[in-house]
Amino acid sequence: MDQLALLLSQSWPALLDGLWISLQLLVLSCVLGFALAVPLAVARSSPQRWIALPSRLFMSAFRGTPLLVQIFILYYGLAQFEWVRDSALWLLVGDAFPCALLALTLNLAAYMAEDIRGGILGVPAGEKEAATAFGMSRLMVTWYIVVPRAIGISAPTLGNEIVLQLKSTALASTITVLDLTGVARRLSIESYTTDALLLAGLIYIVIAAVLSLLTRYGEMRLNRHQPR
Amino acid sequence: MAALFDYSAQLLEGAALTLELAFTSLCFGLLLGLAGAAAKMSALPWLRQSAHLVSNVLRGIPEFLILLICYFGLSNLINTHFAGTLSLSPFAGGVVALALVFGAYASEVFRGAFLAVPKGQLEAARSYGLSRWQIFWCVQLPQAWRICLPSLNNMWQNLLKDTSLVSIVGLEDMLRKANIAAQFTKQPFLFYAAVAVVYLLLLAASNPAFAYFEKRANRGYASPA
Repeated sequence: MDQLALLLSQSWPALLDGLWISLQLLVLSCVLGFALAVPLAVARSSPQRWIALPSRLFMSAFRGTPLLVQIFILYYGLAQFEWVRDSALWLLVGDAFPCALLALTLNLAAYMAEDIRGGILGVPAGEKEAATAFGMSRLMVTWYIVVPRAIGISAPTLGNEIVLQLKSTALASTITVLDLTGVARRLSIESYTTDALLLAGLIYIVIAAVLSLLTRYGEMRLNRHQPR
Repeated sequence: MAALFDYSAQLLEGAALTLELAFTSLCFGLLLGLAGAAAKMSALPWLRQSAHLVSNVLRGIPEFLILLICYFGLSNLINTHFAGTLSLSPFAGGVVALALVFGAYASEVFRGAFLAVPKGQLEAARSYGLSRWQIFWCVQLPQAWRICLPSLNNMWQNLLKDTSLVSIVGLEDMLRKANIAAQFTKQPFLFYAAVAVVYLLLLAASNPAFAYFEKRANRGYASPA
């Protein structure tokens, strides 16, 4: 314990920098991933096969392979092709941070889309019928009725997904991003001890606890009009 | 594509190690999960509380960090306390880390499943004079097993995907072999994509396996029409 306190007093600026990068990865990937997940889930639930199929392929590809492999494909794999290095895509995958963010976003979008799809299936048919009876077009029914209700229904799993995403951000350190895990790894190598790793673990637990409180609060707010 | 063929034996070797690691961790993880669930349902408050604490802590830390701590930390621990130069093999470090993570999640799933077995079943078994062990083995476990199979499928798939992390600590799994091949051939996309496809196939293969288990576990129940 004393060792951890000493380490914290010595290297808190570096750890704080790492924490800031981790939180950036977390928040940005959650916002972008969620924005991507909604259209993916709507497309996946479409009765038209040619709309549903691409999103279905995307979801099974990203849910069926390890995140680490996805990060390596984007960061090391795409650099193999000259046309990628010459294109605008290189702005995204040429640098470690945006590349890690891209991989985390796409991965999370696939998982969230699956959750929201479950929510879409759970929207009561009567609500959709009522909306149609009010003269809403199909687009309006989807946008004003189905999507908000589906998000409300899937809120608990979505919140869980956010807490899990915090743990996924640690993988950014494998492509030289100095997030909390990256900083801890460097400190641990410099000192030949695992104290820095343990300290990082403690910080992750605290953030995970705060996050699960926040998501539970968000869930309550999102479904506050629902009878209990 | 020819390069892929040249390294296919290496990649297969890596895939075998990935599966070996996953199955070994699964065995220890299931045992840890059962022990954890038993501790969480124990009558002793301190045991119950510490089991909850440990499983919450393990579920709050990134798997990658747990692996690093297990791999480097356990080696350090052994070296400082037993004055040896013994170093933990990456395989053992990987199994410890993956089994701990699996066990932490499994203990929660098992606890829920055991609580979901109707109380009347227990009372009936007790009034038939079955011993505590018989009740656990013949009444509780088969029913809890049936309830937790879908979650076990999920956890197994996560475990299989998490095995890719051991390539970072130098264990020669499928991803590490692809790393090496990519460095030599300068075709990283090809090899990483191949690894991704193998993972997809392995995960796709576990779905029918679990469907079979579920069918078997549900054979005493009427199928929902």
